[in-house]
Amino acid sequence: MQELLMIGIGAAFINNVVLSQFLGLCPFLGVSKKVETAAGMGGAVIFVITISSFITGLLYEFLLEPMNVTYLQTIVFILVIAALVQFVEMFLKKVSPGLYNALGVYLPLITTNCAVLGVALINVQKSYNLIEGVVNGFATAFGFTVSIILMAGIREKTEHNDVPAAFKGSPIVLLTACLMAIAFFGFSGLK
Amino acid sequence: MNKPMERLYNGIIKENPTFVLMLGMCPTLAVTTSAMNGLGMGLTTMVILAMSNMMISMLRKIIPDGVRMPAFIVVVASFVTIVQFLLQAYLPFLYDSLGIYIPLIVVNCIILGRAEAYASKNPPVASLFDGIGMGLGFTVGLTSIGLVRELIGAGTVFGAQIMPSSYEPVTIFILAPGAFLVLSMLTAAQNKIKMKAAQKGKEIKIGSGCTGTCSSCSSCPSGKKTS
Repeated sequence: MQELLMIGIGAAFINNVVLSQFLGLCPFLGVSKKVETAAGMGGAVIFVITISSFITGLLYEFLLEPMNVTYLQTIVFILVIAALVQFVEMFLKKVSPGLYNALGVYLPLITTNCAVLGVALINVQKSYNLIEGVVNGFATAFGFTVSIILMAGIREKTEHNDVPAAFKGSPIVLLTACLMAIAFFGFSGLK
Repeated sequence: MNKPMERLYNGIIKENPTFVLMLGMCPTLAVTTSAMNGLGMGLTTMVILAMSNMMISMLRKIIPDGVRMPAFIVVVASFVTIVQFLLQAYLPFLYDSLGIYIPLIVVNCIILGRAEAYASKNPPVASLFDGIGMGLGFTVGLTSIGLVRELIGAGTVFGAQIMPSSYEPVTIFILAPGAFLVLSMLTAAQNKIKMKAAQKGKEIKIGSGCTGTCSSCSSCPSGKKTS
């Protein structure tokens, strides 16, 4: 139990997926204009990464490893993730239209979010078992959500500030991310 | 200018993926802690980009339109796996320092972007050179960012001590925040140049290498800016 907690805190804060591993930067920079949309994106990412780390873990442990074809992991994982996102979208539309309306727009964007594939690969690299993998996936996605919502909050506040003309747009966002990354360094003391 | 040379020029200067199109930001920020890593990542991406561009161009009449995205992804993922093995066997130090970012080349939007925008419409040789040109442009971008970060953050270039020994390295430049800082400064400088050019009445025309199909790029603020 304690080990799982350590994995979770490590993935969510100490090795934050965006601010220290640079995965999932596109949505982090692109969908962080408003807190609401950022929260929607974060919810969709938590949903998909948790499921995908479960399914890729399952495939790796019971299909790829017994058949000695672990070198196919990249191909298998990316196809599974692409198919999974489609499937989740259809499933949600049918079963829970409310959740679908909340997350629907963000789901197709997630296939190319490198954090999803990244988590699946990290799980294999660190040889986590199924439960550890799912915890790691959920915590990573949670860390992503925390940082994207914080980012959106800061962007809402600074939107009407008088920044130098050359820094308008993405440079000021990147600079904000730089300061956030420094702040997240504080968590490394938790280790 | 003949076709291959024109594609190379286009990739390295006119549509440089790092500085002009701003594609593939994840590896750009993650692996540029030193010039060597930047160079290695750039060249690895170039090989995969060139091979997959050529392969996709050869298959472009066979792949049905409806399933072209999954088909492209399979082609790219196969080449990534092959290159990963080669690196592990022949350049193990590079394999260790790039780590997880090698398999993540699959989701690099430069590769799918070029497959969609160029290779699926053009003959194999031109596509091959388009891949090499774009890959070289990416390499130039990564290496120069890595050079700046390594010089300021560790006082070395390609591992060789450049700064005098009295120089105190600013370690934060090779840590995560330094990546955001350097990229922010570079884009600001680029904006400045563009604004100057616009004042002179010269419009710098930027073609987009990424059509709407690459969903991760269309969500990028930078991706939108160029299109």
